[in-house]
Amino acid sequence: MQFKSHARTLAIALSLAFVAGCSSTGGTQDGTVDRSRDGAAGTGVAGTGQVSGTGMGTNGQRAGQQVDGRIPEVRTIYFDFDRDNIRSEFESVLIAHARYLRSNPNARVVLQGHTDERGTREYNMALGERRARSVERFLGVQGVSPSQLEIVSYGEERPAVRGHNDEAYAQNRRVVFAY
Amino acid sequence: MRAFMTTWLGAMLLLFGTLAHANLTIEITRGSDRATPIAVVPFAEDGQSLPEDVAEVISDNLERSGYFEPLPRSAMFNRPATGEEVSFGEWRALDVRYLVVGRVAREGDGYRVRYELLDVSGGRRMLGETVTASSGELRGGAHYISDQIFEAITGIRGAFATRIAYVTARGVGDDMQFGLYVADADGRNGQQVLSSREPILSPAWSPDGRKLAYVSFETERPAIYIQELATGQRVRATSFEGINGAPAWSPDGRKLAMTLSKDGQPEIYVMDVGARSFERITNNSSIDTEPAWSPDGRSLLFTSDRSGGPQLYRHDMSSGQVERLTFTGNYNARGRFAPDGEAIFLIHRSSNGYQVARQDLESGRLVVLSESRWDESPSVAPNGTMVIFATQAGNSGVLSAVSADGRASYRLPSAQGDVREPAWSPFLN
Repeated sequence: MQFKSHARTLAIALSLAFVAGCSSTGGTQDGTVDRSRDGAAGTGVAGTGQVSGTGMGTNGQRAGQQVDGRIPEVRTIYFDFDRDNIRSEFESVLIAHARYLRSNPNARVVLQGHTDERGTREYNMALGERRARSVERFLGVQGVSPSQLEIVSYGEERPAVRGHNDEAYAQNRRVVFAY
Repeated sequence: MRAFMTTWLGAMLLLFGTLAHANLTIEITRGSDRATPIAVVPFAEDGQSLPEDVAEVISDNLERSGYFEPLPRSAMFNRPATGEEVSFGEWRALDVRYLVVGRVAREGDGYRVRYELLDVSGGRRMLGETVTASSGELRGGAHYISDQIFEAITGIRGAFATRIAYVTARGVGDDMQFGLYVADADGRNGQQVLSSREPILSPAWSPDGRKLAYVSFETERPAIYIQELATGQRVRATSFEGINGAPAWSPDGRKLAMTLSKDGQPEIYVMDVGARSFERITNNSSIDTEPAWSPDGRSLLFTSDRSGGPQLYRHDMSSGQVERLTFTGNYNARGRFAPDGEAIFLIHRSSNGYQVARQDLESGRLVVLSESRWDESPSVAPNGTMVIFATQAGNSGVLSAVSADGRASYRLPSAQGDVREPAWSPFLN
């Protein structure tokens, strides 16, 4: 239902505009924006009033990239508790992504780092970033250009699975390739 | 087309209406064994019934603080409305130390509340005041009266007429809905100030209580926003590449300490909000995050794993010297100063899980205050008497509060989804 989804986005955007003080500009002004690092040029930030409804497909299901070759199907790798090293069983996954990115130099991927729920939220934000950087380093060694990679840590904010048990935690400690 | 828009605008307003109001109810989970017995007599009412039971709001506030144990109404033989009607002997026989009586009358569009606080053992009046409240503010009037009573007896400024900000979350993975709310300190009158399908976290009150800084992923990247609560107007303060997190206002409201990882790893920065300039505070290859200002603005408390695991450190703003503060256990994070600067509240991991703890800065002694295994985000009331934090109950996140001495606690369950990341406002009056 394309219509429904648009309507929903509109409703949420409008309600946010309402919350933002009914101002005709939507209430958000651009502050300091600095994305000068490698790999960030041109990605920019979504503009004024762009709130919610745009987050679909962050798990790598957005298969709209029209480039040669196919994006590897396995787009999530998992980590041990309190660790950021790449487990040997996932090296082949990373090598497949490295091969794809090397042969498709226009392809770009966001490495989304996640943690389980244990510990404080902002500290987990840092741990999630550390995991994503670990993947970034691995891909770099495999010859992927830094300009194709961006890192976003979600910390513990987007668990893949709910639950306060080891199985849930194991599925939540992950890095997702979002093309 | 116009009709379509109107229809959707109507639907949106309905949606907004259902989203915008939320109440958290309160359950006392632990009463203090040192609470002072007090009786808050139901206030006499002139005219038609009132939207709020003023005496009940006051009684609940006092009980929640852990400092008082209110007498149940069923134990009251008489219900005096003024000090002149009180026979002290009768209340002494009930072992009541203090007595609150009052009367509420309609006045114009609002209310006039007359109350008195009586010292039962001394047989004297301690307070007597008439408070006026506009039509929607009767509950606020009851919070104000609670503050006066609390201060008159304990000598500590009351913090009942304050507010809390918190974050709600529903769903899992890519299908989530987040909300940022502001409510009264007792969980009532919740108002949504932001809604997003992307994460919202780390709300922080400006010292004047007018603005919130927070982290929102609404652009699918983290950014720090500053939103004025009265108007909803907001600005994006930072959106560097990498982490933009953990905003914390300086006591003078001119600066925001924050975590940015634009230079490779998470570091603490201080932003001059007016000048939009940045000063880098930490510089090393480990994680530095979760800054919090000391009440005098002269130092920053922060979490760092420079020693291996996360521990709390203090950075002196003038000398630049850094001192490690926590040594008990291998996980101490997200510290917040007590308003007097003499203690810090933090998350401490022990064999029981992640709990709220208080560490006295002079002695270095750490005391665990909370009891669950998944406690996080402690935020201290502006008078230092209570700490609100996030915990788990059943399978959802709820807010809970514990007195600074750990003796009393209460919980604020929500009917909808997870509630987390509480931030207690400064004094608002």
